[in-house]
Amino acid sequence: MTKSSLKSKDSETALAPTSRPASRLRSKHLLGIEELSPEEIVLILDTAEAMREIAERPIKKVPTLRGRTVVNLFFEPSTRTRTSFEVAEKRLSADTLNVAIATSSVVKGETLVDTALNLEAMSPDMIVLRHAASGACHLLARVCRSRIINAGDGMHEHPTQALLDAFTIRQHKGRLAGLKVAIVGDLLHSRVLRSNVLLLTRLGADVWLCGPPTLIPTGIERLGVHVTPAVDEAVADADVIMLLRIQLERMEGGFFPSLREYFQVFGMTEERVRRARPDAIIMHPGPMNRGVEIASEVADGPYSVILEQVANGVAVRMAVLYLLAGGIDDEAAA
Amino acid sequence: MPVVMDADRMGRTLTRIAHEIVERNRGLDELALVGIRSRGEHLALRLASRLQEITGRPVPTGALDITLYRDDLMRHAVGPQPLVRRTEIPFSIDDKVILLVDDVLYTGRTIRAALDALIDFGRPKAIQLIAFVDRGHRELPIKADYVGKNLPTSRRESVQVRLEEVDGHDEVLVEVEGQ
Repeated sequence: MTKSSLKSKDSETALAPTSRPASRLRSKHLLGIEELSPEEIVLILDTAEAMREIAERPIKKVPTLRGRTVVNLFFEPSTRTRTSFEVAEKRLSADTLNVAIATSSVVKGETLVDTALNLEAMSPDMIVLRHAASGACHLLARVCRSRIINAGDGMHEHPTQALLDAFTIRQHKGRLAGLKVAIVGDLLHSRVLRSNVLLLTRLGADVWLCGPPTLIPTGIERLGVHVTPAVDEAVADADVIMLLRIQLERMEGGFFPSLREYFQVFGMTEERVRRARPDAIIMHPGPMNRGVEIASEVADGPYSVILEQVANGVAVRMAVLYLLAGGIDDEAAA
Repeated sequence: MPVVMDADRMGRTLTRIAHEIVERNRGLDELALVGIRSRGEHLALRLASRLQEITGRPVPTGALDITLYRDDLMRHAVGPQPLVRRTEIPFSIDDKVILLVDDVLYTGRTIRAALDALIDFGRPKAIQLIAFVDRGHRELPIKADYVGKNLPTSRRESVQVRLEEVDGHDEVLVEVEGQ
């Protein structure tokens, strides 16, 4: 719908505002930040702004997705992301179906595509997928009719996490462009990092990455970020410090000598936080390893927005579900 | 494009509606204004300042976005989702008389959505409807309590209320769609 066609109708039929240009998501899926333009990212964040208010109402529910079915298909353990999606779906009145690996036919040897096609036979509208293999969502998007939302695929992307992080930063700083964002931790195994780097650089933030050299993927500076092994340099005058989890389950490769040494060299302590700007905020996508990547006092400090991130996650996921659920020209988008 | 109301006429109409509100409700103790975004919101704010001028007391005013309550949201085969904007009702609507404000009353579907949305915020004592322009063609059993102007139209016409806050100037226009 163009702006001029909106203006030609009265308020009963055209409720979209004329103050902002009409916009939409081009794809019927959310596979990654990679596929999103800066304008699409801003559209999702603006929509999430409106969704946030619903959590403050006495009745935290709107009828928008009534009659729609969303399948949450999680092949990896997840508490935060899965419950966050489920709350978002319920607040929009969608019917939700949770499929967890332990109870599914996957343990009997069914492939991802077969599982998805079988679920699809029950005609859901959207599938929220978490899978250990990078590219799993792209694969499903090719074979399924449903809209696919990536809830984390392998070491590739975790787009809704990056969107909620950006939303939280924007809430505190009013903008993303020009901010210094320091990201410290396991840069190698993190899909959160990849999505965040793509999003933050796309919206003009100055991104500094820091971690043990063994956990820095080669060539990452080509994404337009600064890379340093010195945590003090990364956090100096930073507006935002984002910590990434040391994924203890993936640390059998001996990437660094010990967790205690990691904390000494890279752990975010109050002393290190003081090197950042006085109004800096501290973020962590969770789950936290207190005393490894973050000191307890920092996690609970006044500058910590870690729990706000969780609350914002619901609003951002509501925005994504709403924007993808609309009437999209399936033939053109397919 | 015929102008059916100019700025002067619109101002006097709002003043008249404000007096009708006071007359009908005898005091403002439990009144609150809720405007439907986007133009209803600005009309509600203008009414609030007129009511304050008349009675010397402020009237709580909020803005309601009804996008998520629309009955046609998931029916469009093609086209993007309408933009959702913030609803801001910074007071409890419980036991209040809510004056719901919209610029153009047409099919009544927007008002139906607004009523559903309001009920999710609490249990008002009553809801009264203020339509700045009533252009007819109702599809639902909805009637305004206060009307700025009754404007008989055909369905092919479109009615636009332009407001200084949004459009830079005040006027009401009728035009034939597609021109």
